[in-house]
Amino acid sequence: MGTEPVVMDLLRFATVGSVDDGKSTLIGRLLVDTRQLFDDQLEAVAHASVSRGVGDLDLSFVTDGLRAEREQGITIDVAYRYAATPTRKFIIADCPGHVQYTRNMATGASTADLALVVVDATAGLKEQTRRHLCIAALLGVRRVVVAANKMDLAEWAKDPYDALVAQVGALAAQLSIDEPLVVPVSALHGDYVVEPSEAAPWYDGPTVLGALEAAPAGGWAGEGLVGARLPVQWVLRHPTGKRTYAGMVDGAALRPGDAVFVLPAGIETTVRRVSTADGDLPEAPVGRCVDVDLADDTPAGRGDLLATAPLPQVVDQLTATVCWFGEEPLTAGQRFRVKHTTRTTVGFVDHVVKRLDVNHLALEDADALEANDIGVITLTTADPLVVDAYTSNRITGSFVLVDERTNATLAGAMVGAPSFAAELPR
Amino acid sequence: MTTPSAPPSSDASARVDHLDLLESHAVFIIREVAAECERPVLLFSGGKDSAVLLHLAVKAFAPALLPFPVMHVDTGHNFAEVLAYRDHQAAAAGARLVVASVQASIDAGRVMDPGEGSSRNRIQSTTLLDAINEHRFDAAFGGARRDEDKARAKERVLSFRDRFGRWDPRRQRPELWQLYQGKVNPGEHLRAFPLSDWTELDIWQYIERERIELPAIYFAHEREVVLRDGMLLAVSQWVTPTGDEVAERRMVRYRTVGDATCTGAVLSEATTVAAIIEEIATATISERGATRGDDRFSETAMEDRKREGYF
Ligand SMILES: Nc1nc2c(ncn2[C@@H]2O[C@H](COP(=O)(O)OP(=O)(O)O)[C@@H](O)[C@H]2O)c(=O)[nH]1
Repeated sequence: MGTEPVVMDLLRFATVGSVDDGKSTLIGRLLVDTRQLFDDQLEAVAHASVSRGVGDLDLSFVTDGLRAEREQGITIDVAYRYAATPTRKFIIADCPGHVQYTRNMATGASTADLALVVVDATAGLKEQTRRHLCIAALLGVRRVVVAANKMDLAEWAKDPYDALVAQVGALAAQLSIDEPLVVPVSALHGDYVVEPSEAAPWYDGPTVLGALEAAPAGGWAGEGLVGARLPVQWVLRHPTGKRTYAGMVDGAALRPGDAVFVLPAGIETTVRRVSTADGDLPEAPVGRCVDVDLADDTPAGRGDLLATAPLPQVVDQLTATVCWFGEEPLTAGQRFRVKHTTRTTVGFVDHVVKRLDVNHLALEDADALEANDIGVITLTTADPLVVDAYTSNRITGSFVLVDERTNATLAGAMVGAPSFAAELPR
Repeated sequence: MTTPSAPPSSDASARVDHLDLLESHAVFIIREVAAECERPVLLFSGGKDSAVLLHLAVKAFAPALLPFPVMHVDTGHNFAEVLAYRDHQAAAAGARLVVASVQASIDAGRVMDPGEGSSRNRIQSTTLLDAINEHRFDAAFGGARRDEDKARAKERVLSFRDRFGRWDPRRQRPELWQLYQGKVNPGEHLRAFPLSDWTELDIWQYIERERIELPAIYFAHEREVVLRDGMLLAVSQWVTPTGDEVAERRMVRYRTVGDATCTGAVLSEATTVAAIIEEIATATISERGATRGDDRFSETAMEDRKREGYF
């Protein structure tokens, strides 16, 4: 459509790092060196740096957030930042380290295609970073780029870099994620962040930006095969009296002529047309919102799922991995509102089965989860849910538990139990 | 599973244009809110972000009509072109237009008039909250973007407001995946920001692609302006030169549209969207820094106003 000269794609990534390893400085550097900041914003950073006595231009102030955080010098919530190169737009979920890290990490990772992990190479991989990576892996982030930071302090020696590569590789194997690319950098001076450098002649890989630009975009891809999934959001009534079903495509592209099932009812029909307000599409790719016209006037409504083979499961009892955010412990017998795709029902927790020991990547028996714990529960719902395993599809594999009285979101949940932790030694 | 990360993207057909994805995401959010909330409203200022928002909302429900009204909080300090544009756009969308008037709040004694020629930006929060209560709106769509400000960068797409209309940054609902949770109790409401992930450049690229109509003041035109506090303000019934200020005729355009007493113009020759995109690509001053006097007073100006119920 139209004459747009730009063809940019989109990559969403989350940033992770222990306090003081240099994450704020690195993001600041990334934004400044790709010229995302305007002069007045840079001036504000310089002004804040000087007035707080930390030098001329402390890049970490670029990403400085809310008043409470500035006063306490900590970061309490996920912040979103944006950067673009001529061919790619980046949406960055900047996940803070300490307080409520599970909640923040899970939120940031839930929409990320990739994690950028900042590690102080002179200190090695810290416990907190391991925990963050574990949560990112649980949330399905399998691609990781590691910035081995403060290489200037290590005088660009190869040993600490090699040691970190080995540590990170071992952890990645445990977490069953792809082997991370490790880039030696100085966030402070800018080497290998956006600008190439001569500082590490022994390194011939890409810069951090180069790695982010080369990573496959086009959304999150799960393990195994799933068909197209379209949770119906809204029934569009046309002046002709016809009804079409609106929603976002996930899993695989949806095309006219595809055999689809309306679930949970289980009615089989055919996709007659796929369109947007701009007209018909030959194919609706993952991530596009479309209207679907079904053959045979098949009825459907909000909360139904249109799916092509291989089909999801219709369940009213399931096992799920939950990240618990509530202040009161999660225990058996509690009742919640359950929001899964565009479908809302209620559910009871039958059992709290396991709690994840994030430090040791081990599942231990438990009967309650405290705030920011991750664990495994079984749940029975009042109405059936149409699900895939989270590892195959993030959209049909995830749901939230909501407090029926206050409407607070108390847990993020993923269909299935974590695969990596169980078999690991303590 | 030990292939190194980040191999070059080989499958060119997998490239989905960022504007298509941003559009789809926004449409998704708009439909979720319309489905989950009982009485949503779309806040429409006549600015470019709200123009994009309205365009997306119309697309989200086409060929049916917009299932919610459009509301303008009128400070009484508007550019005439923007009011005409507002009326025309709402009519074209087939939407019911609700106007909430700051002057009416002043006349009713709800807020103090900050005085002739002073910005009414801060006091419009009261007018907005009163209107939300009066109409029992439980969700208000806004065109705010996270790239605009430090406080916005941390705000949820669906941002919860308590019965006093306040935003509490420490008590935001976790927002995972695409599970936008729109339920509120009576008296509470949500602000919904479907353009959260858009940047100024995305907005302009989308305006160009979709040929969205904008108020004329966004394009370069000759206007009588006066330089005040480093900003070019239009000479109007509210702004007249004082002291040694001199009014000059310059070629200017606006990057944002707000209260005429505190919205600055930028010098520009750009008379088309394409020319504006080119100017933005090389601009050195941020949109708010250049043109919004209300954000320049303190490092936390926006956060403070948001806590009070601002847009
Ligand atoms: N020498 C050196 N210092 C760095 C580098 N990156 C960050 N720092 C310093 O490390 C400290 C912590 O950095 P910051 O970005 O605030 O860490 P964060 O807590 O991970 O966000 C600051 O004093 C930075 O100036 C680097 O590459 N080299």
